[in-house]
Amino acid sequence: MSRSATASLAALGVNPASELTSTTTDHTTGRVLPVRGELAGLLPWGGLRAGSTVSVGGSTSLLLALLAGATADGCWAAVVGLPQVGVLAAAELGVSVQRLALVPRPGSDPGPVIAALLDGIDLVAVACPLPPSLARRLTARARQRRAVLIAFGSWPSADVELTAESVRWNSLDDGAETLRRQQISVRSGGRGSAGRPRHVLLTFGEEEIELPLVAGEPARSDEPADAGPDQVDELAARRATTQEQPA
Amino acid sequence: MKDARLLAVWCPDWPVVAACTASGTGQHVPVAVVDGNEIVATSAVARAEGVRRAMRKRMAESTCPELVVFEHDPQRDARFFEPVAEAVEELAPGIEVVEPGLVAVPARGPVNYFSSAERAAERIVDHIAARTNVEAQVGLADSLFAATKAAHRNMIVPPDRTAEFLRPLGVHELDAPELVDLLRRLGLKTLGAFADVPENAVASRFGGPATRQHRLARGLAERPLDKRRPAPELAVTETFDDPVERIDAAAFAAKILSERLHENLAARSLACTRLGIHARTEHDEELHRVWRAAEPLTPRGIADRVRWQLDGWLTRERLTSGIRTLTLEPVEVVNGTALQLGLWGHDDERAVRALLHVQGLLGPDGVLTPVLDGGRGPKERVRLVPWGDERTPAHNPDHPWPGRLPRAPATLADDPADLTDADGNEVGVTGRLELTAQPKKLAVRGRTQEVTAWAGPWPVDERWWAPDPHRAARIQVQTNDQAFLLIRRDQRWFLEGVYD
Repeated sequence: MSRSATASLAALGVNPASELTSTTTDHTTGRVLPVRGELAGLLPWGGLRAGSTVSVGGSTSLLLALLAGATADGCWAAVVGLPQVGVLAAAELGVSVQRLALVPRPGSDPGPVIAALLDGIDLVAVACPLPPSLARRLTARARQRRAVLIAFGSWPSADVELTAESVRWNSLDDGAETLRRQQISVRSGGRGSAGRPRHVLLTFGEEEIELPLVAGEPARSDEPADAGPDQVDELAARRATTQEQPA
Repeated sequence: MKDARLLAVWCPDWPVVAACTASGTGQHVPVAVVDGNEIVATSAVARAEGVRRAMRKRMAESTCPELVVFEHDPQRDARFFEPVAEAVEELAPGIEVVEPGLVAVPARGPVNYFSSAERAAERIVDHIAARTNVEAQVGLADSLFAATKAAHRNMIVPPDRTAEFLRPLGVHELDAPELVDLLRRLGLKTLGAFADVPENAVASRFGGPATRQHRLARGLAERPLDKRRPAPELAVTETFDDPVERIDAAAFAAKILSERLHENLAARSLACTRLGIHARTEHDEELHRVWRAAEPLTPRGIADRVRWQLDGWLTRERLTSGIRTLTLEPVEVVNGTALQLGLWGHDDERAVRALLHVQGLLGPDGVLTPVLDGGRGPKERVRLVPWGDERTPAHNPDHPWPGRLPRAPATLADDPADLTDADGNEVGVTGRLELTAQPKKLAVRGRTQEVTAWAGPWPVDERWWAPDPHRAARIQVQTNDQAFLLIRRDQRWFLEGVYD
């Protein structure tokens, strides 16, 4: 993983060594792309399995967070049909935006565009409504090309379905505080080994975030220059937490 | 993708046809063309006698004792092909010569003009026969490779069925003998079987050049489309004091000018894949022809095509005078791919090609890539540039940006909003950066919600204290189950983002 990715995840309070899963290859599941550690518990393979389709509903932050681990690990992601996507939020959630491509308006015939993306992009998030027959063809295409298709909204043949049941922020203390910490309650389900329903409460980000300003250039080294050992410990202590909830 | 449909006009056994035309040999004679010691082309009569391509010359002569053998001569092939190219051009403007014996032209023009692909094909074949007495076949498909294979079979492949058409064909259709041999040994006997191998596996197992063959097998263009035209100043022109009338003088001119063009391109790390050749004669006749190449042209490749083309024009009887001015123009250069692939590593090649492919479908602005930038708001801090453009921040990143918020909304918006207090009056912002009242209700996107908490305001531009009509401020607003970013500009509230 690049230093800049390490830096931006560390800035989010994610300890990469222990919390970010890494790309693994298993003879039963094939290649699995890494995700932020707190998301691993939601996915049956502990990451995004190449060739699978995952549907996400209810939260754009959840969609963006899913792209973070893999793009930080060198994978490419594309977001199709979501012109209002907040790229800055994506960066804050750990997405390496220099490997993020946006196709805001795929046109009246999005099929060939999405198919072309699946040919070469590791993660393709699709947010435009599609006829079920086309959706199934694209799922098959993703499987064939070993890409991960992330459907934002309902999808007829998803392997895993992630639904954000609520998105809550720290309460604003009238006129003083600011939004810092986001809690998303996610329910996961799906087919086969993904079928067992799970509930996870995700917490994203608490502290000041510095982002690399130029593509690929780390805004700071792995350890902030002005941070003494105490502050580093504090960062680790404040890192994003995962709580398993009873389903 | 309709624009990508190509019509290929193919003259079977062209080296044989050219040799026979040059020598006046009749069609009933078995004929073969040899390069060195190997048969490279045969006539139908020779094939009926058992003469095959790649056969040794001696073997062929013992198989068919009356075989007439000609030496391979690309110059001859090109010279006699020019009238055929002209005949096609009379019906279908915008032709590109791929090699002597093969012309490609965007299908849309002739298909629209003759109202159907079948009629267009028929008319082109008839016209070539009437003008040049040459037998031609026409194929139509979504890529040059597929259109050529379709022409070999005299077929019109319906739109979007190109991959399907290619699937059952044998891997020997690829012009890459070593790869074909390897694929066969692996049991991959058809283009479809090869196409099903994932592209990254092709690159890692068979090497980079195999990915191009893989693209062809999948029915894709040999290169991702790049609609940008090369800068006109890349073209090179030469005016001759003594008009070029003889082949040897033409060859010399071709060599000099080709080297100049190649230097121009190399200085910009470009290579030419479509070459436009323009000539003007002493009597102001204008001649123009585009050559299309599967691989980026080397200086030698450019010189060959220029020489062939000049030969074709000079031996044409209609030319009334020598060539005075010659211009070489790179009509298409390998730009994006080569440069981008250089910029990104080899591992990123697939992604880069996919994004260029989508730009080919939607135009350069169809694929955007974000650059994080200086500024305060979630929109200012991200600049979206067309994929392939330079990714540099517009603002000084070291500049301090007071009023920056720690978290950005995941969804951006730009909708008018109403923020009101307990009495239903609009909440404003004072010059001292304070709200005029406690906000109680937020109405946005047709829905009114109770405000449970809020934060801010934060300044939007640094001249907040100066009298300025553009002054603005941001606040965050929470309702029961949602959080919003609002901005006040020109005395009005707008929804800037949703923290979903």
